[in-house]
Amino acid sequence: MIETVMSMALPVGEVLRIKKNRLMPDGPLEQGKRLCIVTGIHGDEMGGQYICYELIRRIKAEYDRLTGIVDIYPALNPMGLDTYNRGFPTFDFDLNTMFPGSPDGGMIDDMAHSIVEELADANLCLDIHANNMHVKEAPHVRVNDGSNEKTMEYAKSLNLEAVWVHPSNVVKEGSLAYALNERGVPALVIESGIRMETDDVLCNKIVDGIFNTMKCLGVWSGKADITTEPDIWVDDRVEFINCDSTGLFIPAVSLFSQVKKGDLIGVIAKPILGAVIEEITAPMDGMIFTLRRYPSVREGAMIARIVGGSHD
Amino acid sequence: MTREVLYQMDSGFRDEFEMVGYRFGKKGASEKAACIVGAMRGNEIQQLYICSQLVMALEKIERQKGILGDNEILIIPSVNYLSMNAGKKFWIGEQADINREFPGNPKGEPPSRVAAAVMEAATGFRYGIQFASFYETGAFIPHVRMMETGLESTSLANLFGLPYVVTGQPRPFDRRTLNYNWQMKKTDAFSIYTGATEEVDEEQAQMAVVSVLRFLTRMGIIRYQCHNGYIASVMKEQDLAAVKSDAAGFFKPKVGLNEEVHRGRTLAVVTDPYEGKILSKIKAPTDGIVFFSQKSPLIYQNSVAFRIIKRLHG
Repeated sequence: MIETVMSMALPVGEVLRIKKNRLMPDGPLEQGKRLCIVTGIHGDEMGGQYICYELIRRIKAEYDRLTGIVDIYPALNPMGLDTYNRGFPTFDFDLNTMFPGSPDGGMIDDMAHSIVEELADANLCLDIHANNMHVKEAPHVRVNDGSNEKTMEYAKSLNLEAVWVHPSNVVKEGSLAYALNERGVPALVIESGIRMETDDVLCNKIVDGIFNTMKCLGVWSGKADITTEPDIWVDDRVEFINCDSTGLFIPAVSLFSQVKKGDLIGVIAKPILGAVIEEITAPMDGMIFTLRRYPSVREGAMIARIVGGSHD
Repeated sequence: MTREVLYQMDSGFRDEFEMVGYRFGKKGASEKAACIVGAMRGNEIQQLYICSQLVMALEKIERQKGILGDNEILIIPSVNYLSMNAGKKFWIGEQADINREFPGNPKGEPPSRVAAAVMEAATGFRYGIQFASFYETGAFIPHVRMMETGLESTSLANLFGLPYVVTGQPRPFDRRTLNYNWQMKKTDAFSIYTGATEEVDEEQAQMAVVSVLRFLTRMGIIRYQCHNGYIASVMKEQDLAAVKSDAAGFFKPKVGLNEEVHRGRTLAVVTDPYEGKILSKIKAPTDGIVFFSQKSPLIYQNSVAFRIIKRLHG
């Protein structure tokens, strides 16, 4: 059932609505658990749209397996999504820095506050993101430092290869995930792909993982394959690789490539000179889990991230 | 006055990006007295203009031997002109707000490197002054704004002689601003807000210039003749009543900034964008003075149309 959870009149001829699709069993609820899946806080991230579509499609196909509430919010920032804009246009706000918001603040504050209130009694919230800029990510779960045992248990159930414990923007203070965790609602961020595109292979893997988590939470009695014991990445296992030159990045590796220390990741070329001005090599053994997609780089631009070392 | 390049970066398809600073004081001055930062976003035209006027004024003061003792003043008029020239608000490429990147990382991504370069140049000064713009668009009465970090000094802020000093609790994103990070590095930091951002308001720009010169004079950094300005009213953000619009449409204000209003007075009307009829009258919820007013001719439902200083004394 599609419901409007928040609405706001726009100046000329329309109302902006945040909607959810509530999926719940026809009969009485056995456990009464509620899973919330949100995405579209950043209007240029499309992977979450595919995941919502596929998740709803598959739940509907086996509706009698549903044993709890699954609320799916594909568009927390409908204006951003509609204008292919990461933030809320007009105000140039990144909505994911405004949580928990306030009813006494401006319009965006109020919107952020309403979203948190809407999700406040969830048993678990999953917030789906893609990389915001010019790099593509292998799917992983992101949690903040100091996440509790229960949250980590849900993170592991998502059946992705990795859980990265790192205070990145999507989980730190100001983010929806942070605000919910502060309220006592376990909230996880799934990061995968890159903005402005969907990758059905990566998205389907995430959908499979969500079914796993639904089963762990008790809102799904259907088939879910728990196969992956995720690798837990802490920051001392992750290397950020930034270039020191401005020019054109030409990669020599792919996402998921295994590299050895000293292997070539790619080069920075200067088109007007017809020359390579920087060679970028791996600082350690490991797997490329983030890789630059947009070729134009300015010095300091992120080229790749590598995770290395062994899982203890 | 010396002009120096504080940071540079190959911008790729345009000229080298150079962040420029203007240093005042005698050669080898040992006392880092004040650092002043202007436009950090590409739309902060007024902030850049104020800095240009300040550079001009301080150059004259310096010629007249008015920079006192071993004091040094640094002005960084523009942190992000690449965006200003391109008509963009945020750092081009990464679309990042430099004033959400502090303290920055010299080995990080480009906007973070720029923030780190500002931080490096601006650290160690006794006083830090930023001409800032607010995240809500609209016009303010000129004021000094400070975050309540426990390190702020409202009595120092009063010395600018602007009518108001406003303090507020830092929000999550505030912790990544220059002002907050200055305070963490023991610099007394002040953000000065004038009425404009994307256009030059000459009167308010001159008011801002004089307020900084007044402050520097009172701190014994420069010699400058000016009137005393205001004895500021110091208030917390919660002293400001947010007046929201319950309708969306054309916004027609009926009061101006700094105007005294009484409870129940109509501050603005919102009219239907197609039919012109009045949809809502926005009324004053309290007696007070109009401190902030929305400027856009169109208004969203539930957005803040005005902020009113509730009666301060009585």
